[in-house]
Amino acid sequence: MQEFQHDHFAHCESGVMSLLLRHHGLEISEAMVFGLSGALMFAYIPFIKMGGMPLIGYRSMPKAIIKGLQKRIGVRMKLQTFSTPEKGSKKLDMLLEKGQVVGAQTSVFWLPYFPDEMRFHFNGHNLIVYAREKDEYLISDPVFENPVRCKTDDLEKARFVKGVMAPKGLLYYPEHVPDSIDYFRVIPEAIRKNAKTMLKTPVPIAGIRGIRALAKSIAALPRKDDRYARLFLGHIVRMQEEIGTGGAGFRFIYASFLQESAGILDDPVLDTASRKMTDVGDEWRQFAMLIAKAIRSKRGKKIDFEQISGKLQDVAASEADIYRLLLQ
Amino acid sequence: MKDEHVPQHDISTYANNKKAMYAVDRNGDYTRIASSGWNVEETVTKQALEELIRLTDHAHKEVLAGRKSPLFFHMYDRRMDLHTLAQSTGLYKWRIKRHFIPTVFTGLSRKLLQRYAEALGISVNRLTALPRHEGQQ
Repeated sequence: MQEFQHDHFAHCESGVMSLLLRHHGLEISEAMVFGLSGALMFAYIPFIKMGGMPLIGYRSMPKAIIKGLQKRIGVRMKLQTFSTPEKGSKKLDMLLEKGQVVGAQTSVFWLPYFPDEMRFHFNGHNLIVYAREKDEYLISDPVFENPVRCKTDDLEKARFVKGVMAPKGLLYYPEHVPDSIDYFRVIPEAIRKNAKTMLKTPVPIAGIRGIRALAKSIAALPRKDDRYARLFLGHIVRMQEEIGTGGAGFRFIYASFLQESAGILDDPVLDTASRKMTDVGDEWRQFAMLIAKAIRSKRGKKIDFEQISGKLQDVAASEADIYRLLLQ
Repeated sequence: MKDEHVPQHDISTYANNKKAMYAVDRNGDYTRIASSGWNVEETVTKQALEELIRLTDHAHKEVLAGRKSPLFFHMYDRRMDLHTLAQSTGLYKWRIKRHFIPTVFTGLSRKLLQRYAEALGISVNRLTALPRHEGQQ
């Protein structure tokens, strides 16, 4: 049976890529995967709804890490989707038989090893299948502490749900892995690109402008129904803290990436930026605490939306400062 | 966040699992730490779960009263809404809404019922009946 070294990471997609590349001999941390692929983001898209709530993202779209990293460090990934579940399962079994360790996109709701409390309809969950034993797959899911098992039928269902971000059975694995990474070239490139996206995005719903737009929507909540207002606030924090963000909507992972980069490039500015990003992460967590307090308050009790909105405006300002520093 | 501030609140919504968090140690170096959860996260996850239960309970009453078909209950029971169900079946929302009408639902073809059952991950038999409901987990 295939040997595989599992590890516990914050985020599924960056965790999977770190594990896959390590398996193929390239040591690369989750934070480095996250940073180099330019995955840090903010997007608030009021007109795309998920479960009745607007889309709020603290990172780039699913698959952006796999594809971003591929472009950045010259790893070549084989990505394949399938027209039918039968074809998708057959291919997976064939790859496992050949000893390949395979990344897969799945829906959280259909994975029985997730506890009920965490099962929502989210189709962008990544994991690694490293072996099959009879009617079970052996899975390294980086957001779990230990390897897990999943019945073959269940995994097939989870790989072939339809809907937003439908995985279509997506499987992926590296076809070519570079021996080393030219960090002196790729780190500054990735950091500059990410900072620019966050600061200078032309649309008012992404980057720093997106954070400010969300703050405005919060300030406008008193005009909405009380139940909706509370659910909306809770939704923001869920997107920020639930399942695999490493805390504070990926800001701490990015701070870790900046710190690792500072060491490699011996660049004190990156060290400063890392410390500031940690502070911003703490601010995001204070923002989440304000919301939790508001939600726990009795129904009918007035929520101080101005205060919550103001806190988010402060977060936007502090985060913008870091990107300006990084672009100097 | 400092490592000693990584919350270890053993929150119910982690169901004894731990998640990896990034935090700095006393030298200021980043490390990964397994967290048993933060009560802030528990509050918002529970809020979302309670909303799902509220919708499911309400749907159960509607079906029991004969105002809606069992499909309406099963949709919420499987943590979906009209939008998700439309996407996972590939059917138009207006069509699904029609199938919420009890008399229309009883006339559906086996094939269409199969399509719903598959999207919801339940059997056709289960789909066409209203189970006893003691409130969802």
